[in-house]
Amino acid sequence: MDILTLSRLQFAFTISFHYLYPPLSIGLGVLLVAMEALWLKTRNPLYHQMARFWTKVFALTFAIGVATGIVMEFEFGTNWATYSRYVGDVFGSALAAEGIFAFFLESGFLAVLLFGWDKVGPKMHFFATCMVALGAHFSAIWIVVANSWMQTPAGFHIVGEGLRARAEVTDFWAMVFNPSSMDRLSHTIVGAWQAGAWLMVSIGAWYLLRRQHRAFALASMKLGLALSLTASVLTLVTGDRSAKGVAQNQPAKFAALEGLWETGPQAPLHVVGWVDAKAGTTHGIALPGMLSWLAHGDAAKPVTGLRDIPEDDRPPVNFTFQLFHLMVAIGFAMIGLALWAVWALVRGTLENSRVLLWFLVVSVLGPQIANQAGWWTAEVGRQPWIVYQLLRTSQSLSAVVSANQIVASMIMFTLVYLLLFAAFVFLLNEKIRHGPDETDLQPTGKLALGFKVAPGGAP
Amino acid sequence: MNFGGLDLNTVWFALVGVLFTGYVILDGFDLGVGVLHLFVARRDEERRVFLNAIGPVWDGNEVWLVTGGGALFAAFPNVYATVFSGFYLAFMGLLCALIFRAVAIEFRSKHVSPRWRCFWDRSFALGSLGSTGLIGIAMGNIAWGVPIDARGEFAGSFLGLLHPYALLMGVTTIALFSMHGAIYLVLKTEGELQARIRASVNPLIITFILSYVILTLATLLYVPHVTEAFRREPWFFALVVPVVLAIANIPREVNRGREFFAFLSSCAAMAGLMAIFGVGNYPYLVYSQPMAAHSLTAFNAASSPKTLGIMLTIALIGLPVVLAYSISIYWIFRGKVRIDRMSY
Repeated sequence: MDILTLSRLQFAFTISFHYLYPPLSIGLGVLLVAMEALWLKTRNPLYHQMARFWTKVFALTFAIGVATGIVMEFEFGTNWATYSRYVGDVFGSALAAEGIFAFFLESGFLAVLLFGWDKVGPKMHFFATCMVALGAHFSAIWIVVANSWMQTPAGFHIVGEGLRARAEVTDFWAMVFNPSSMDRLSHTIVGAWQAGAWLMVSIGAWYLLRRQHRAFALASMKLGLALSLTASVLTLVTGDRSAKGVAQNQPAKFAALEGLWETGPQAPLHVVGWVDAKAGTTHGIALPGMLSWLAHGDAAKPVTGLRDIPEDDRPPVNFTFQLFHLMVAIGFAMIGLALWAVWALVRGTLENSRVLLWFLVVSVLGPQIANQAGWWTAEVGRQPWIVYQLLRTSQSLSAVVSANQIVASMIMFTLVYLLLFAAFVFLLNEKIRHGPDETDLQPTGKLALGFKVAPGGAP
Repeated sequence: MNFGGLDLNTVWFALVGVLFTGYVILDGFDLGVGVLHLFVARRDEERRVFLNAIGPVWDGNEVWLVTGGGALFAAFPNVYATVFSGFYLAFMGLLCALIFRAVAIEFRSKHVSPRWRCFWDRSFALGSLGSTGLIGIAMGNIAWGVPIDARGEFAGSFLGLLHPYALLMGVTTIALFSMHGAIYLVLKTEGELQARIRASVNPLIITFILSYVILTLATLLYVPHVTEAFRREPWFFALVVPVVLAIANIPREVNRGREFFAFLSSCAAMAGLMAIFGVGNYPYLVYSQPMAAHSLTAFNAASSPKTLGIMLTIALIGLPVVLAYSISIYWIFRGKVRIDRMSY
């Protein structure tokens, strides 16, 4: 394999593995804030017990997120040196801001969140939890801003020529608020909320199926489902906005998402399909005019087709198409499942519906697969560009790195990440089997200050 | 924000230096704890004390590396690109070591089997030793100089990075971090374990001083562009005095039982050493040899003045806040390590 393919594979593998964890931290971060707020407000020790249990799960995901995140920061330089020289002036400042505003906040207050239970008062602990959650969201902001700049560059000019050319910032705020950054950021964050929320729902459902920790499971599921429902609906809203942005700013990607070949009005929307890029056709079930309507709010307006885009500038069409449709299908399924579960919860039938509970147990996979598919759509759909219409991926490699070196590092990452994943699953499984600590219903240390036991235990 | 006639390139040379100094001082002690993990802590409980001594803070310490790397990327993209792609295998090794170490800290005590713990103990120690050595070797190469071609790309090989001077810098760094880690552990432990660590402080100081003296001699003899800087500006030698005093002060404070001051002295010594390293190399970020004209400096490898200005604004807003809450967090977790059920 050539250096380009190897470098892309390595980046895809390391970023995809990394991205299993930050969404969980972002989502669980929000839920931890909610649990601690409820604990402070109601003094119901059940919320204290929940916060302690979910903090442990949070710590596990956070540790791997940090360890695999450092790899990402290194890889821009190690494998994509030419890209780094080209974008350093723009991309680097967002990355530096991420370090200063987000990572320090997150990791600093994480210490208080994890180890400060007996050392600080409940309000200070709550504050620390809020800061960790805020830091997690900040880190999403800066990296998505930087990535969005690669999709829709703005606020820059090109200085120098040939190999020495690079992008330099002319307007910092135009760079930060480039045409796609806010839509993509909101979509990424609600996707991350889903990842955390469905994990909580899934573990709660597992306990209900096993008839264990009933009060804990029900309270976790209530909280998790509240966020799942909100976030899954918001995912639809933000996804629609993102797609409209793609239609406007990245016509090649938009045409690939839907396998649209001919430019024209009444563009069809595929529910499912298969693209034959050689023949230039797309077969499947399509709703006529829907794509024009979704993109422009008017079925009579034209959408650019792939035939009007030079072949050199087209992304891999079928791959982008399938990933996009997978993401959308899961997105709708999650809304359906959330509605079903909330309906059952309100009617009080949740605990007895084993089919529903089993669906909820596996629900944790939904947002993970959709988040991955979404990012793959975004990144593969931008090809052959690394910075849209400015720099091609094939021209961004490190000049001095050989294929053998990349193969060596690929083997290393594969072994290390497999080991990490195995250890993660093993420890998460142990935590789930161990369950919430009964002693956490009796807060100790500084948190012991005045709580009352609610009659019956459940909130 | 407009910074007028300020020499932003030099400011960022210094600021990147400050970030890496922060990293060396802070992660330096927890890497040092890792180096000592297998040798000094023997029983399971002692090893847990070691891990929990750094438990609440190691993660934040490592962020200084991430932010330093980010700042290097943003302020000097050409240096970031050349060094990271040029030192490819060395940096992949560093990543592997850092990952194992991070995960070992987190996972080790979460399961009781002795084999599980033994595996992660070794990962933690080897990961710490490996990261420390590689950081030293990288710094040694930066000071010594690496071959850079006319395009500004690295023109050497991986094995070419492992020359005696760089290895000597690696050994010196391991000695320095172990010393720093031992002093930190004296601060965080008590009783018989503390006595044992205390006894190891002096030998570690002596090891460090010996290797540093050899390194300095080698620098004077073989690294002319660094000695040149000192010949040009003899007042740079004034930096050496506080470093010597700070190191000499460590055994004194340890013997008096003023552990916190011993640790502060060690931090001050490391800050001084990094300052010496910085002024000795300025304005070179990567010295090129044999073709010195291809060197990457704070001026020819930097981002635009506009970006350097924006980032200075970000740093001026961000860094004071970071320092304020970092200090408060260290304050919350002051005192001796107590193992409880939230511990590692």
